[in-house]
Amino acid sequence: MPIGWTDEQDGGTYRLKERDDEALFGYQVGPHSWKKYLHPPRRRLWQAEMRDNHMVIVDDEPDYPRYAFFGVRSCELNAITIQDTVFTSGPYVDIGYRERRKQAFIVVVNCVEAGGTCFCASMNTGPQAEQGFDLALTELLDPNQHYFVVDIGSKAGAAIIKQVPHQQAQEQEHMAAQQAVAQAARQMGRTLDTRDIKMLLYNKYEHPRWDEVARRCLSCTNCTLVCPTCFCVSIEEQTDLNGQTAERWQRWDSCFTADFSYIHGGSVRSSASSRYRQWLTHKLASWIDQFGTSGCVGCGRCITWCPVGIDLTEEVRALRDGEPRIGVAIPTLDAV
Amino acid sequence: MATKRKPKLAVWKFASCDGCQLSLLDCEDELLAVTDAIEIANFPEASRTIIKGPYDLSLVEGSITTPHDAERIHQVRRSSKFLVTIGACATAGGIQSLRNFSDVNTYISTVYATPDYISSLQKSTPIADHVFVDFELRGCPLNKYQLVEVISAFLNSRRPNVPPYSVCVECKQRETPCIMVAKGIPCMGPVTQAGCGAICPSYNRGCYGCFGPSEMPNTPSLSIWFEHLGMNRTDLVRTFRGFNAYAEAFRKESEAHEKHY
Ligand code: SF4
Ligand code: SF4
Ligand code: SF4
Repeated sequence: MPIGWTDEQDGGTYRLKERDDEALFGYQVGPHSWKKYLHPPRRRLWQAEMRDNHMVIVDDEPDYPRYAFFGVRSCELNAITIQDTVFTSGPYVDIGYRERRKQAFIVVVNCVEAGGTCFCASMNTGPQAEQGFDLALTELLDPNQHYFVVDIGSKAGAAIIKQVPHQQAQEQEHMAAQQAVAQAARQMGRTLDTRDIKMLLYNKYEHPRWDEVARRCLSCTNCTLVCPTCFCVSIEEQTDLNGQTAERWQRWDSCFTADFSYIHGGSVRSSASSRYRQWLTHKLASWIDQFGTSGCVGCGRCITWCPVGIDLTEEVRALRDGEPRIGVAIPTLDAV
Repeated sequence: MATKRKPKLAVWKFASCDGCQLSLLDCEDELLAVTDAIEIANFPEASRTIIKGPYDLSLVEGSITTPHDAERIHQVRRSSKFLVTIGACATAGGIQSLRNFSDVNTYISTVYATPDYISSLQKSTPIADHVFVDFELRGCPLNKYQLVEVISAFLNSRRPNVPPYSVCVECKQRETPCIMVAKGIPCMGPVTQAGCGAICPSYNRGCYGCFGPSEMPNTPSLSIWFEHLGMNRTDLVRTFRGFNAYAEAFRKESEAHEKHY
C-alpha cells in the first residue's frame, strides 16, 4: 500500500509527494484505470489452423480471471457502469468483457480529498459512490484515530465483512465520513458546466476553437487510452510465416489516429481539429444519444496525462463563452 | 504454399552500419521458419552463395550517398518484385544525413588526405527519393519482430501490422506511466512512430525518435512544451536532429529552431 503518499496533478503534470500522515488512500486516481483488466489493451479473439489443407477454428476456451478491485474511486465505478452499457447492452455483447465483469468484486474508496484535475462533482459521479459496489470504504484519519467507515453493497461484501474485525458504526462516525466526502466535493480542481452540454457541442460544430486546440494537440492518443470509458479497438490479423496458423487480435485504438478512420481513399478525419472535435463531441454529446449518459465521469486523467496539458474543461468553457482561455498559463515560444 | 517454389529473398546494402540486416540473423527462433518459407538468394552477410535474380522480395538497407549507389539502386529495383526499405538510413537518410545541413566538401577536404579519390553526393537521401518503394520499415535499428511480421505478411499476401501511430500508444499498452508527465523528462514519443515497444520511456529516458515521424506529427506544439520543460534552442535542434534528422517533419522542426540561434 502507498502509505503516506499522495499525488499532485495538473494539466500535463503528475508528481508523487510524501504526506505528513499515514493515510492508506491519500492519493487520487493514478495513471491507469481498471479498464485494462475488464477491457485489456490486447486480446486474441480466435485462432485457426491448417489441418490436411483445411482451415479449422481452434477451440480457445479462455479462462476468465476473477478479479477483486481494491480502491476503486466513485468516478471509476461510474466509468465501469458506462462500459457495462457499451459492451453488454444491445444485441452484440462482448462476451469476454461480460465474463470478466460478472466475477469482479469491487471495493470502493470514497474520496476525502480531490485532486487538481478532478471534476466528478460536476459530472454527478462522485466523490461518494452510491451503488454498484460490494464494499465502500471511507478513510478517516485524525490525530487520535485512524479508521474506515464501511458501506456494504452486496451479499458478497457482507460475507467478507463478517470475517474482518469490525464494529457497528456510530452516528458520529457516519457524520464524520459524510463530512469528509463533502469536503472533497468542495475541493474539485476543475469544474465543467454541463448545462445543455449536448446541444452546446452540436451547435459549436463550426468554431475557431477547434483549430486553436488542434495547434496544440499532438494526436498522440494518450487522453483516450487513459480514459476509463473510451472503448475503441482495431482488429489485426496475424499469420505465421508458412501460413499454417492465423490469429485475430483486438487491440486498443483511438479516434486520434488517422488509421482508425481510414476507409478506401483516405482517413475520414485527416485534420487534428476534426479528431479533437470528434473526441470531445462523442464524449460529452453524442454519447448521450448513443448510450443515455455522458461519456465523461470527470476523473481528470485526460487532463493530467495529456503531454501538453490540454484540458477539456477549458475547451468546453471556451466553446461556451466564445472567449479566450482563462486561468491557465499556456506556454508559448517567444519570438516565433 | 508448400508445393510451390519458395519465394527468393535478397538483402541489399547501401550507406549504413549493417545493424538492420543483421537483425534478420538475430531472429534466431524465427530464422529457421524464415528459411523454411523463403529462399535466401542473395544475402552476403549470411552466405557467399549468390543466386541470380529476379527476386520476389528485396530488403534494402542504407541511404544513397554516392553517384554509384544512385545508379545501383535502379538495378536493384529492376530485379525486385517487392522492394522493402529497412531502417532509418533507407527510410530517412540516416544519421549520415546530418551532412545535409552543411557542406559535405568541407568535411571531405578536412578528413581525407587525397580528396580527389572521394566521390560523394552532397546529400544522404532515402531510397524512396530514387525508386518506388513498396513498404518502408522504420527504426534505428529496426525491430526484428516487425521485420518478421513484414516478411510474414508478404508471404501470406496480407497487410503488415505496422501501425504508424505514436510511441505513446506502446507506452500505454505496456503500462509505463508517461515520463514526460510524471517526471518532466522531454520525450519525442508523441511525434515518433511506434515500433520499438516504447523501450526508452520504460527506462526513464525520453524517446529519441528512432522510428521517425509518426503519421501526423505536431512537432511545433511538442517543441513549445519542451521549452516549457526548460529545453533551450540548441538542444531543440539536437533533439530533432538524430537518426531521422532528414525526415521531413523533423528536418523542418530543427531548421525552424536553428534560425533562432
Ligand atoms: S474524458 Fe477525461 S475526465 Fe472524462 S472520464 Fe475520460 S479521462 Fe476522465
Ligand atoms: S488532447 Fe492531449 S493527450 Fe489527447 S491526443 Fe491531443 S495531445 Fe494527446
Ligand atoms: S513517455 Fe513519451 S512515449 Fe510514453 S506516453 Fe509519455 S510522451 Fe508518450
